[in-house]
Amino acid sequence: MKQVDEQEGRGASAVPVDDPWDEATGSEWGERSGAEGAGDGHPDTVPEQRVHSAAEVYLEVQRSPAFQEVRSRYRRFVFPAALAFLLWYLAYVVAATAAPGFMARPVAGVVNVAMVAGLGQFLTTFLLTWAYARHARLRRDRAALELRWDTQEMTRGAGQR
Amino acid sequence: MTGDHQTLALLLFSVFIAVTLGITTWVSRNRHGSAEEFYAGGRLFSPLENGFAIAGDYMSAASFLGISGLIALYGYDGMLYSVGFLVAWLVVLLLVAELVRNCGRFTLADVVAARMAERPVRIAAGTSSVAVSVLYLVAQMVGAGSLVALLLGGTSEAARSWTVIGVGALMVIYVSLGGMRATTWIQIVKAVLLMAGTIALTVLVLLRFHGDVNGLLSTAARRSGHGMDFLAPGLRYGGDWTSRLDFISLGIALVLGTAGLPHILSRFYTVPTARAARRSVVWSIGLIGSFYLMTIVLGFGAAALIGPDEVRASNASGNTAVPLLALDLGGGAGSTGGTVLFAIVAAVAFATILAVVAGITLASSASVAHDLYSSLRRRHAKQYSEVTVARVAAAVIGAAAIGLGLLARDLNVAFLVGLAFAVAASANLPVLLYSLFWRKFTTRGAVWSVYGGLVPAVFLVLVSPVVSGSPEALFPGVDFHLFPLQNPGVISIPLGFLAGWIGTVTSPEPPDEARHAETEVRALTGAGAA
Repeated sequence: MKQVDEQEGRGASAVPVDDPWDEATGSEWGERSGAEGAGDGHPDTVPEQRVHSAAEVYLEVQRSPAFQEVRSRYRRFVFPAALAFLLWYLAYVVAATAAPGFMARPVAGVVNVAMVAGLGQFLTTFLLTWAYARHARLRRDRAALELRWDTQEMTRGAGQR
Repeated sequence: MTGDHQTLALLLFSVFIAVTLGITTWVSRNRHGSAEEFYAGGRLFSPLENGFAIAGDYMSAASFLGISGLIALYGYDGMLYSVGFLVAWLVVLLLVAELVRNCGRFTLADVVAARMAERPVRIAAGTSSVAVSVLYLVAQMVGAGSLVALLLGGTSEAARSWTVIGVGALMVIYVSLGGMRATTWIQIVKAVLLMAGTIALTVLVLLRFHGDVNGLLSTAARRSGHGMDFLAPGLRYGGDWTSRLDFISLGIALVLGTAGLPHILSRFYTVPTARAARRSVVWSIGLIGSFYLMTIVLGFGAAALIGPDEVRASNASGNTAVPLLALDLGGGAGSTGGTVLFAIVAAVAFATILAVVAGITLASSASVAHDLYSSLRRRHAKQYSEVTVARVAAAVIGAAAIGLGLLARDLNVAFLVGLAFAVAASANLPVLLYSLFWRKFTTRGAVWSVYGGLVPAVFLVLVSPVVSGSPEALFPGVDFHLFPLQNPGVISIPLGFLAGWIGTVTSPEPPDEARHAETEVRALTGAGAA
């Protein structure tokens, strides 16, 4: 399967690596095709001092601004979001066990605070799911995919040396 | 429960078994016997398929019958379970699913071993994965036995024992012959059946009240004998502070445990990319969320239409509330509609248990073969032999679960499920999160965090009132209980995180920067993913 995946990968990117780090994460596939003629898909297009071993490739990629950007976009979204929903859930559980009087207060008809809070948990879960999927799709997927092909290209190059 | 119900339910269940065995044969016709194929179904499922399979893996009979039953008996307090089981998926979606898909190949231990000394880490994570799976498996087997006895009226000990043996044997057949591909399709079929059955019953309940939810709730409250208290928390967990703290402990275990369940983690490896893993979790959150919303309607519907007293008379823990509701919605006992609906609910419950049990068996056989066997034997076996080991492991685990299921048949199912979640949250989640997010995490930290969560969780249960010192305990005659709570989560989960931190800061060797970089880059970009 791995091989099939990489085959598809080569097909999808269709472009050898030129200089992935100076191009901002927003670059389009189309812009890349200009580098095709020069690159020839040969690992030599990666500057000499960059690649020595697979381990160094990963360190190199980790230090690159493009990767730092993807990581900080991911972390800036998930850390606050995870903290917020865990606190909101914990507050709900503690309120349900420690303050049943407050939770029993009627809101509309027979619906009380506890019902609203419980359904609110469902609603916030759905909303956060939607927001996360949207954030990942619009802000992270493309940049991550480019980094993936670039990194794989570089590790392949490292393997051949 | 008349003979008609039983005959029809047995017939429907036989059809389900025939169809699933057919699927098992069909999907394994061109099987290559590779590990990729056996553990991950070739990694070519679509997000939609995997989303249904995850939902089918997660929504157990304990949710379908147990939560609705708890709501029918205790009103609002039953709803607290639904919320915990759903919110837990945000942890999976945000912090775990995509990164695990990118870093691992088949098991939880793959992710941790990628940046640590492989052998000790694999043994630790493999052990805790097997422990969690076996606990969860025993819970499902015990549930299967009592459920069948309940639904088919065969209350004799022999009927229960044969059910447990039958379920165990079927699951071994599914898993060892069909691997992940067959298991996935069984879970998809089950998820569709379960959703269809739940939607049908919910619509019938709402039609009975002409869409008036307010009327449904107030009828339920009136009929419960508790009045408005039925719609507010406190009926079940509102006693002394010990029971309240116990509930908070359970709530934390539920929300953090899902992300450490091996059979859930292994589902992410069945899709080609992290993006597909994310989309399958989004699908499953939609399915699971709407399912739990509907169980709330069914629970209050059972309270309003059947009444808690009648539900309790049929089964003290409320597990028969939904079947009784189905009987009533179809036109009452003796009517054709009632018979058909009852039989459908019974068959869906069987299907649910079989599918969940198959998923867990597969995940634990993967841990045994891929993590424990390969580390302990220290010999570079061919891939084919690892799959053979996994097949044998599935049979051994099946036999062990049958044995334990027979021994533990009087244990409370909800307790066993809560314990499995607590152990998963204490032993598996800390090491997973540290590996993915903490740069300085070391091998010693990883090993300590697994054992530092696993040992306290199991020990606190052994000295809890569940095992001794109370009338409902496993050994009511003796009293060696030291710990007041039934669920160890509130103590053991922080201990798991603490042990991982202490192990890391006291490590003699520094963290491996290069392998951390590799893990981080692979996790976020998918470079080099299997």
